[in-house]
Amino acid sequence: MSILLDKNTRVIVQGFTGKIGSFHAEDMKRYGTNVVGGVTPGKGGQTHLGMPVFNTVKGAVQETGADASIIFVPPPFAADSIMEAADAGIRLCVCITDGIPSQDMIRVKRYMRRYRFEDRMTLIGPNCAGMITPGEAMMGIMPGSIYLPGRIGIVGRSGTLGYEAASQMKALGIGVSTSVGIGGDPVNGSSFKDMLELFENDPATDAVLMIGEIGGPQEAEAALWARDHMKKPLIAYIAGLSAPKGRRMGHAGAIISAFGESAQEKVEILKSAGVTIVPTPSSFGETVAEVLSVMKAA
Amino acid sequence: MDIHEYQAKELLSRYHIDIPRGGLAYSPEQAAYRAREIGGDRWVVKAQIHSGARGKAGGIKICSSDHEIVEAADSMLGRTLVTHQTGPQGKLVSRLYIEEAMDIEREIYLGFVLDRKSERIMIVASSSGGMEIEEIAEAEPDSIIRATVDPGVGMQDFQAREIAFGLGIDNALVGRATQTLLGCYRAFVDYDASMLEINPLVVTRRGDLVALDAKMSFDENALFRRPHISEMRDKSQEDPRETYASDRGLSYVGLDGNIGCIINGAGLAMATMDMIKIAGGEPANFLDIGGGASPERVAKSFRAVLTDKNVETILVNIFAGINRCDWVAEGVIKALREVGVPVPLVVRLSGTNMEEGRRILAESGENVIVAETLAEAADKAVAAWRSFNAGKAA
Repeated sequence: MSILLDKNTRVIVQGFTGKIGSFHAEDMKRYGTNVVGGVTPGKGGQTHLGMPVFNTVKGAVQETGADASIIFVPPPFAADSIMEAADAGIRLCVCITDGIPSQDMIRVKRYMRRYRFEDRMTLIGPNCAGMITPGEAMMGIMPGSIYLPGRIGIVGRSGTLGYEAASQMKALGIGVSTSVGIGGDPVNGSSFKDMLELFENDPATDAVLMIGEIGGPQEAEAALWARDHMKKPLIAYIAGLSAPKGRRMGHAGAIISAFGESAQEKVEILKSAGVTIVPTPSSFGETVAEVLSVMKAA
Repeated sequence: MDIHEYQAKELLSRYHIDIPRGGLAYSPEQAAYRAREIGGDRWVVKAQIHSGARGKAGGIKICSSDHEIVEAADSMLGRTLVTHQTGPQGKLVSRLYIEEAMDIEREIYLGFVLDRKSERIMIVASSSGGMEIEEIAEAEPDSIIRATVDPGVGMQDFQAREIAFGLGIDNALVGRATQTLLGCYRAFVDYDASMLEINPLVVTRRGDLVALDAKMSFDENALFRRPHISEMRDKSQEDPRETYASDRGLSYVGLDGNIGCIINGAGLAMATMDMIKIAGGEPANFLDIGGGASPERVAKSFRAVLTDKNVETILVNIFAGINRCDWVAEGVIKALREVGVPVPLVVRLSGTNMEEGRRILAESGENVIVAETLAEAADKAVAAWRSFNAGKAA
């Protein structure tokens, strides 16, 4: 039906009783997400928004059978929350928190490798808008109303640019199977390639829209993977054609990842891998529509 | 966040990395006095700015008398140095670092960086130091040695030894080189650095291993736990537009164009800038207003964009998610009345309650050009900028 998330996914909220956690717990529930409780250390045993609060993720998993978690914990403590979720047997974790130190994320990624691949948690984010399977469930902070249920997978780094794409598609009557925001941090949980693999194997997805940006090697890696393994059409946009080089990258960093880091280079790599390029950020909808009409004709 | 050479050296010396004897000076007299304190008969006067390639720009001078030091210091202090890393506006020299000169046998490049592909700290080293790493990659790609560190156990002695031998360092100095590499790694981790570069690391004629130059940058997301590093921030080295914005919690990058941008979300901001460029204009800045887009934040953003005197049109593009367009519209109008915007303003609102938001803008009586799509917003902004410019010329 979708990737990773559907209406049966049992979701807990880490950072549940805080202002932001509370707001989005209610919003997600209203959308139809099966939110079963939350975690705030020290507030275990209380009831919040009509749901149970637990001191630990392990406790929440034992009592509620939760298999997914969404994190609204402040940056200094968020890495710890991700590792707690991984250790408690959570299968899917979405971390919304923006501002986690990179070295904390390096530790998180290393920590997750202690679990066998089959038992390893899927981490989405951090610094992302989360994910949504339209008409079923939402684990994130996006406006659910802009997504029409359908058969296009979306994976992107940015929240609002993803909204822009989804609403352009909705205006043309094109729906979404699942939309995933992998986040804008240099070290993140799931990569573009990880999500393409899931969409390629998802019978409910016909084609995938990938929304990348400047910096990092993930778009190029995804392009090569798609060229060699993907049968479904891949459509891509890269933001930052007008962004100046070297503004955020450190000096020594330029050498390691210089190739393929600019938007122009990424577009070239994607093109040569046979990916359809969305020429401007105003033409997400029409480009997807064109690809769909070609598929129908074939 | 970047720091100065002398600050990086001070941090590294705590990790048993040898640095030349040196001292800071704010005036030519102080520079000469520092040289006398240091002793010897040859010194280097180095302009402290947040940029490499200072030598070619006249920011590094070797001196062998008081007189030469005073002259060198005088030529640098208060001057704006332009290197290929600073951009054409250059960076102001307000402090100097005076060091003993070294007799150099050979120069090595040493860098530590966060490698996004392996998601680990990576060491980059080359026996061809003294050049910039891009130049080394171009001229001597085979001289580059790379290694990544397992964050679970940290950098191991054998890794440091392998790099030292790989650089062709004499057996007698391999122990020192190993300590230097391990020290850099510990400093990188302990201070949440994002980049550390010693270029060159030199072998002296006396047989010492010394960091002749040092550069460090830090992960801004980790500054909450590194107050000591935050104290080293030197705002005089930053683009004043960016300092103004970052002091107010806005994510802003100054550019060279004329169309100011206020957008929510980094991806949408970049995409909007791209759209302006496609429409034939040039963006003046990147600005991500962040979540919320409250009237206060909108007002702050207008003020930040208007600190750039080249701005001749402003484009606001908000995709309201949790937010509502009617609130954002009210915020824009409130900000307009508070701040006063002397240039054309194009606003595009999308998402929750967008019709209501557009109606509020249209009925406000304020001079706001409303756009519905991203392409329309960019076209209207470029058109408004052109007629504003034509009006100015007339």
